[in-house]
Formats: sequence, C-alpha cells, structure tokens
Amino acid sequence: MILTCLQGSPPVVRSELIATLSDQNPHLRPADVERLVDIVFDEISAALARGDRVELRGFGAFSVRKRAARTGRNPRTGKPVEVEAKAAPFFRAGKELRARVDKGETPKGK
Amino acid sequence: MSDTGSIATGPIATGSTITRAELVEAMIREVGLSRGDSARFLNDLLGVIEENVVAGQAVKLARFGNFSVRSKKERIGRNPKTGKEATITARRVVTFKASALLKEAVIRGNL
Repeated sequence: MILTCLQGSPPVVRSELIATLSDQNPHLRPADVERLVDIVFDEISAALARGDRVELRGFGAFSVRKRAARTGRNPRTGKPVEVEAKAAPFFRAGKELRARVDKGETPKGK
Repeated sequence: MSDTGSIATGPIATGSTITRAELVEAMIREVGLSRGDSARFLNDLLGVIEENVVAGQAVKLARFGNFSVRSKKERIGRNPKTGKEATITARRVVTFKASALLKEAVIRGNL
C-alpha cells in the first residue's frame, strides 16, 4: 500500500530551510536569515518553558501538556503508587494545515 | 489575563498566549528588521515548513524538534458524547516530536 510509506525522501534540515529562505529573501544577509530562524524557535522554546502557549494562525499551536502529581494504583496489586507530575511540549496543527496535509497537495503558488 | 496558580491538568495552559506579533517583536529587537519584513519572514519560515510537510516531507530542526507526516489507517472510533461507533477514515496527519532539549526545558520550567 502506498499510504504506509510516504517518507521516502530524506528529511529537510535547518540548513536547507535557511537556504530556501535566503533565496526567498534576497534582501536579507544569509547570516541574518540564520539568526532570524534561531530567534523564532528560541522564542517558541522559551515561551513553552515559561508555560505559555504559542499560537500561530494557519499553522498551529504549541502548548505545554501538564499533569499534576497524583496517587495512582498498581492495577495488579491495588497498592497506591506516587505518580510524578509531568509537563511536555505539544503541537496541534491548525485547521488549514491539517486539511492540506491530509489531502497531500502539491506545493501551491507561493 | 494570566492567573497562574495550581498546576492545570489537560492541554489548556495557565500562562499567556504568544502569537506571531510577539515573535515579530523579538525579530525587530534582535535583528533590527522592519515590522513588515519581519512579519513576511515569519510567514515564509512557517510556509517552508508547511509546504514540505504537505508534500509528505519531514522537517528536522535540531534543538527544537521534528515535524513529520504519518499515515493513519481507517479505524472504528467512538463518539465520546453519544457512545456511537463511527468509522474514522484513513488520513495523513502532522506530528511534532520535541527535541530532548526542549522537553527538558519544559520540564524544568513547569514542574
């Protein structure tokens, strides 16, 4: 089945992202393009570390999923167990992105 | 706007929300681009990620995380409200896997 194996080509990495963005933005110095990319992801990371949510219209939202510590139970023995608090970064694709990925469109205009 | 207090459970964050505007603000501050150029650049950046992901291409950002596309098979789901069974069609979804660095920062900052 074709659907099960979509990721034949190697992943795009940061350096390729910077190269594409440099092409799209000839008025920017490549060094600045690199800094701008870092700033964006560093800001998102810092926001998540503060427990803030990052909402990027049309793209998606990054948030922190938290679970308070609780006393769980070992289902086999019934003994109470302390379950530690958890916090993890989470991304939810926006409506448009979700729809486009599902359809698997080929790149459009811009 | 923000009332932080007890640790929330579930996906809803207790802090404030950062949007494109705040990211643009940081770009202006750090690189000194105009507002318009910064906003366009942010748009381009998200656009490049989006186009790759839509084309089924994973995007790996060291220190931040990876965006990848997964195919899900058709399965039987259940409407949690009515309890009725329904077929969930096969679909492709984007997933984000945070880097170990980001995961650690989030744990350190939130626990």
